[in-house]
Amino acid sequence: MNDQTPTAVERAEKLQGLGSKRKRVEDARFTQGKGNYVDDIKLPGMLFGDFVRSPYGHARIKSIDKAAALAVPGVVAVLTAEDLKPLNLHYMPTLAGDVQAVLADEKVLFQGQEVAFVVAENRYVAADAVDLVEVDYEQLPAINDPFKAMDADAPVLREDIKDKMEGAHGPRKHVNHIFTWEVGDKDAAHKAISEAEVVAEEMISYQRVHPCPLETCGCVASMDKINGKLTIWGTFQAPHAVRTVASLITNIPEHNIRIISPDIGGGFGNKVGVYPGYICSAVASIVTGVPIKWIEDRIENLTSTAFARDYHMKGRISATSDGKITGLDCHVLADHGAFDACADPTKFPAGFFNICTGSYDIPAAHVTVDGVYTNKAPGGVAYRCSFRVTEASYFIERMVDVLARKLDMDPADLRLKNFIKKEQFPYTSVLGWEYDSGDYETALDKAMKTVDYTGLRAEQKANREAFDRGETRKLMGIGVAFFTEIVGAGPVKNCDILGLGMFDSCEIRIHPTGSAIARLGTISQGQGHATTFAQILASEIGIPADMITIEEGDTDTAPYGLGTYGSRSTPVAGAATAMAGRKIRAKAQMIAAYLLEVHEDDLEWDVDRFQVKGNPESHKTMAELAFASYNQAIPGLEPGLEAVSYYDPPNMTYPFGAYLCVLDIDVDTGVTDVRRFYALDDCGTRINPMIIEGQVHGGLTEALAIAMGQEIAYDEIGNVKGATLLDFYLPTAVETPAWETDYTVTPSPHHPIGAKGVGESPNVGGVSAFSNAVNDAFAHKGLTHTQMPHDHWRVWKTAEKLGLNG
Amino acid sequence: MSKMHVKMTVNGKPVEGLAEPRTLLIHFLREDLNLTGPHIGCDTSHCGACTVDLDGKSVKSCTVFVAQANGAEVTTIEGIANPDGTLHALQEAFREHHGLQCGFCTPGMITRAHRLLQENPNPTEAEIRMGISGNLCRCTGYQNIVKSITAAAEQLASMKEAAE
Ligand code: FES
Ligand code: FES
Repeated sequence: MNDQTPTAVERAEKLQGLGSKRKRVEDARFTQGKGNYVDDIKLPGMLFGDFVRSPYGHARIKSIDKAAALAVPGVVAVLTAEDLKPLNLHYMPTLAGDVQAVLADEKVLFQGQEVAFVVAENRYVAADAVDLVEVDYEQLPAINDPFKAMDADAPVLREDIKDKMEGAHGPRKHVNHIFTWEVGDKDAAHKAISEAEVVAEEMISYQRVHPCPLETCGCVASMDKINGKLTIWGTFQAPHAVRTVASLITNIPEHNIRIISPDIGGGFGNKVGVYPGYICSAVASIVTGVPIKWIEDRIENLTSTAFARDYHMKGRISATSDGKITGLDCHVLADHGAFDACADPTKFPAGFFNICTGSYDIPAAHVTVDGVYTNKAPGGVAYRCSFRVTEASYFIERMVDVLARKLDMDPADLRLKNFIKKEQFPYTSVLGWEYDSGDYETALDKAMKTVDYTGLRAEQKANREAFDRGETRKLMGIGVAFFTEIVGAGPVKNCDILGLGMFDSCEIRIHPTGSAIARLGTISQGQGHATTFAQILASEIGIPADMITIEEGDTDTAPYGLGTYGSRSTPVAGAATAMAGRKIRAKAQMIAAYLLEVHEDDLEWDVDRFQVKGNPESHKTMAELAFASYNQAIPGLEPGLEAVSYYDPPNMTYPFGAYLCVLDIDVDTGVTDVRRFYALDDCGTRINPMIIEGQVHGGLTEALAIAMGQEIAYDEIGNVKGATLLDFYLPTAVETPAWETDYTVTPSPHHPIGAKGVGESPNVGGVSAFSNAVNDAFAHKGLTHTQMPHDHWRVWKTAEKLGLNG
Repeated sequence: MSKMHVKMTVNGKPVEGLAEPRTLLIHFLREDLNLTGPHIGCDTSHCGACTVDLDGKSVKSCTVFVAQANGAEVTTIEGIANPDGTLHALQEAFREHHGLQCGFCTPGMITRAHRLLQENPNPTEAEIRMGISGNLCRCTGYQNIVKSITAAAEQLASMKEAAE
């Protein structure tokens, strides 16, 4: 070796593997306007589809007259349920075991529901014709309050299933009831609560919101009649699942369907489901023989594609008088809208809501969830969240704060007192989850020290005194929140969607000259997979990340996978990537042994090469081994260097974090100013710190939006009370505060590289931190809980109720 | 509907076409000229994904009829890179400081920032935040966008100084 020989550390740096703040490979094209999103696709002869939608929340369709629309020059077809019935496509299966009308059949059940699909030569003509389709409706009474859905005299919403009292998740108690889900030991929980020294009770609602990615949903469907092949480009977070569903409902053999997710302009759960637009486009393409493009507009996006949350959680939590939590009980009323189109693993109709004991060692707990139909849009997706963990986390974090008030204890102290201890991991919660690893105390401790929690409480005390003396009209609130996420669904033994096990996959091919391509069953929507998955591989196989192409989203080339949502890409596909990389390395080791004429066991892996133990001069780099795999006839080994791994995770991963929010509320205007927000995340091994930080910033901003303003609200007769970006709150750069991020690292013991996933954590933990801060600002005035969103008006109303303004 | 003949200069090149007067500029750019950089994210002029430069001002091209842009000078994200094809300081800075994730808001955001830095070459953080408040981003939380624009402003200033 001479001075020029790079050291192992230098070689490792060149790889830009795990832990590198590698710049994103996606950015060159995005910054130059060269992305390829679905609406950028233009095919010869392509026509445009557009929907006639219901203006009513609940109405009977008496007649549909297409004549005037069909008379518009350039209009090619108008499809209604009548046209889809012969194909048996007027209903489609949902991910939750229900069916959803593709085009309204006799009745409309929510405002914005798809009634007819107009196909025309361009989007302007299509929009003109939509206005000319005459639909005669008879308006019916609507249900907008989920608490009235099961009243004896409630209107029957779903006539199509009114006699089917056995639902996908067991018996239904009422025509508007969907399921009851129960977890935990009811008697034990009730006993703990009835015998407790202190019990806190609260009704906690998590309002209906919408993921609202900046790009709406859409597709281009193209039926090639000569080859019999249907190709659909679309905003799909799970392209393979879409292919299987499309095959099952159209009877087109699966090999004749190709689903391609091009660049996706944000998903956040909105693009997991299958929407009527996809089906109508496919049918229209089959009928017309030309490609059909359908792109929804923002109002359609907010009123008809998947909403999130709408959980109404009644809870009781009990403790000893010195603050040891003894029991938890929760009943959820879940508003699922007109069709049950939740995106949850089959066995979990309320997702992973039973993670609601959170980060605390609670000895007894019991949860029931009732899902009901209302005259609202279907959905119930995980908006930057893993299957209802956001609701669960919000519930427990509010309940712990409410209990702290009752105990007159500091909310941080109460948390510290009840945390699952480091030595208890792996920890099995009383509601059945096995938490893989954690060190909660260290995380919260670090957070409190960094923000000078004691100092903040002292400042708050002074602020309150000044307020009472009339020296200020502002109240300071401090929100403490801790969260445990449950991500990476999931083990096939208990997680499937429509019978498809929730494994994921990676296939790697090493080229002769030592570069590589890896294909995955996931699809990036901004997470930067092309950058980070290459980093995982670089560390595993010693090929620089810059020489590894990552490809996703084309079902004709990618191995089968369940897609990207629920922070599952890193825990599942990331693991598959590492495992496939290890298979490559194992074969490379055999090649190296042959070339170096030693036994495999005499070799050791060193960054990018196999070297003979004790004699590093004698080595073969991965690039050399790749070439050898293509040009050497090695006895007992097939040529080439490829591997595929289908990874079925042994467990979920459990990222966690400690968040602190400091804000000031002007009691006369309700204006809330977030002065400081500190987020400590522990997502296990950190693949790319730059990308992690970016994900945290984005998730916190979505949490801010939800906590402080987002709501999809309906009036009595089923009108959506505002579904444009004028009404639906997306914070601008002005309302968004500067974020402080921090971390601890507690690797996942069962994940090949110890990574846990991070994209959704800030949304899960952030909402509680904001909401706890708003509640905390008024706590000394007697407030225990006020419902989100904490917009100016609601905050002002809270101040008014407490007699603080006016 | 009858079509009108429109002419304009887009990214320095003269272009013309036939379009219904009601055609929105964003659709003319994306569908007639195949400039798919600017995007559509809403229908109420809120998101700014469609931002282009029209006669020296940032406009939301979903809110401009192609007829109104007749004879105008238009710059889209496709026209922001340096004449020699290298990335503009803003494009470089967005990459360097992770100022984008899904990339959907990025063309509008960079086009807006490009105009902002001509209006105010040395903006404060608050001025940047206000200056891009017509452009929504759902992914980044803006922090790295602000950082990117600040870095680009510094870079452009030092390039200007070097040239003088
Ligand atoms: S598309 Fe949203 S402002 Fe133009
Ligand atoms: S990067 Fe996705 S909207 Fe801004």
